[in-house]
Amino acid sequence: MLCEPAVCYLTCVNCLNLRLVWLRQVNRSGAARLRNDYSPIWKRNKVLASEPLLTATPAGDLLELRPAGSWTAANVVTLETLTAAIVPELDRAGNVRLDMTGVSELDTLGAWLLEKLSRRAATAGHRAETIGAAANYAGLIEELHQVNRRNPRAAPARNPLLVKLDVVGRAAAGTAEDVTIFMQMLGSLFLALVGVLRRPRSLRVTSLVYQLYKVGWQAIPIMVLITFLIGAIIAQQGFFHFRKFGADSYVVDMVGILVLRELGVLIVAIMVAGRSGSAYTAELGSMKMREEIDALSTMGLDPVEVLILPRIIALVFALPILSFIGSMAALYGGALVAQFYGDMGPAIYLARLHEAVSVTSFEVGIIKAPFMALAIGIVACSEGLRVKGSAESLGRQTTTSVVKSIFLVIVLDGLFAIFFASIGM
Amino acid sequence: MQQEALQFAIRVSDLVVGFGRQVVIDHLTLDVRKGEILGLVGASGGGKTVLMRTIIGLVPRRSGSIEVMGRAVGGAQDVNSKKIARQWGILFQQGALFSSLTVRQNIQFPLRENLVLSQQLMDEIATAKLEMVGLSPDDGDKFPAELSGGMTKRVALARALALDPAIVFLDEPTSGLDPIAAGEFDALIQTLQQTLGLTVFMVTHDLASLNTVCDRVAALADGKIVAIGPMRDLLLSEHPWVRAYFHGKRSQMLQPKAS
Repeated sequence: MLCEPAVCYLTCVNCLNLRLVWLRQVNRSGAARLRNDYSPIWKRNKVLASEPLLTATPAGDLLELRPAGSWTAANVVTLETLTAAIVPELDRAGNVRLDMTGVSELDTLGAWLLEKLSRRAATAGHRAETIGAAANYAGLIEELHQVNRRNPRAAPARNPLLVKLDVVGRAAAGTAEDVTIFMQMLGSLFLALVGVLRRPRSLRVTSLVYQLYKVGWQAIPIMVLITFLIGAIIAQQGFFHFRKFGADSYVVDMVGILVLRELGVLIVAIMVAGRSGSAYTAELGSMKMREEIDALSTMGLDPVEVLILPRIIALVFALPILSFIGSMAALYGGALVAQFYGDMGPAIYLARLHEAVSVTSFEVGIIKAPFMALAIGIVACSEGLRVKGSAESLGRQTTTSVVKSIFLVIVLDGLFAIFFASIGM
Repeated sequence: MQQEALQFAIRVSDLVVGFGRQVVIDHLTLDVRKGEILGLVGASGGGKTVLMRTIIGLVPRRSGSIEVMGRAVGGAQDVNSKKIARQWGILFQQGALFSSLTVRQNIQFPLRENLVLSQQLMDEIATAKLEMVGLSPDDGDKFPAELSGGMTKRVALARALALDPAIVFLDEPTSGLDPIAAGEFDALIQTLQQTLGLTVFMVTHDLASLNTVCDRVAALADGKIVAIGPMRDLLLSEHPWVRAYFHGKRSQMLQPKAS
């Protein structure tokens, strides 16, 4: 089993189980003798088979590489170390001969690593030949000899400052594009609406009713719950703080005006943007991905008229109704808190409410609702149509849709506040 | 017995698969030999894809046993299945490429998940696989949404082959391709089968690929394998469905060649 230590490092293969053994031999005759000594040991190694090995025997200007064992993806860590370690030896040597007789298993990965070695020698201007490959691996080796010849140019690294500037610039240009897309959608929606007004039969009543059911009727429980809680919380906070000034009765004013003018519609609009707006974007987006929208267009139908108009009309009808229901729920929540926390009976609460709010407050709130619905609908639908092929893009567009529509709802609310203040409502 | 088990890549015995009241696969037995290309034919909706998906463990079975490369699949030994999963590659009918990854990342995905190797080597392997399936390295940076149908199938095949599996399952690999592309794809499968020593399990309706690449063809009807063997044996089969399939108007073009 053991070789003479003087002969070479070969002993390591067996005794120390080193994976890589370099045979450094200065004179040629010595190398020849070595190979003779080597073969029986080698054959014993072949029985072990699974552990990959790579031995290099220099013979004059010829470096003989003998890979052995299982050169497969399962041993990739070993293989990478083996081939990396042989590279300096390879660069010093001249011609290379790859003797594959010892290889028991070979797959693409192993074959590629060996191909890389012989290619390295070839690019240095030396001769590289492969011998002794088993017949069933010859095809694979030949195949890998052909590939990876032309490496795609790596993109040059860009100046990080320029990249940042690029991002900022694109974001700015993107905003302009957003406005354009919003306007386009508004315009095509208007056109579709005109078309429907001229030919009322072209309105998709079934779709409209179904959408109303989904975004209106089915949304009622969650809207009622949320606004009820909001109303109750405002009232509780009001009683808690106003009590210090003895201003308990003004809590009703606060709850009434806040809920009817601002919060009722705002909370409901934000909820609708998150609940129905995201659903619109995802629905239209996945229809876009599956080419359903293209199919509609090719049948001579306008996707805006068939898909988008019923959805947006449904939203425009549903949001005021939901706002009304939500406001009532919030006032009811306030009343409950007034009774059990603020010691104010329902009769007094109603009387105070009657004094504090007028129809104007209610109008101010409810007028905003359809506009907010329009903004939510347009953003949701146009984002849906911007979905590209990937699942990631669908997710991104849905997020964008919700964020944008909530932002727009709040901006609209601010604009309306200025408007109503200036006309004295 | 041991030796016999070794020569089969897939052994399905007495398999029953059903959904609700409907029984799709009814006591089916099928052996796939190592290193062969087996074509599976059957009526549309007749359970070919279900059979394939059952073998790879995506559809639960009611009874029967499945062995892949000598290991039992599914059932209680799910841990075991993960080991087997490295031994097979699957080409889904629609490609099923990960849409948010580039082509190169798609091919590298199985490598990255299963092996520890340097990014450079991974890039080289991915490019090598791309070229092996007949695409150019420049296609590596594209996203799946930017690929044509034929390219999608090639990339899906490259991904299926990423780990050099022993078995490749192909679900209608040539459907939706023009005859030239389909022919190229057949040739590609045959070349790769020879160079990599693959076992190929191919669900197909393409009579030309059945005739040219498949070593054996299995016909699935009424939830059973009603005929199996080389193409010329199937052409002689007396089973009414098999006769209708191979001797229908559309398959007349095969007759002079086969007989």
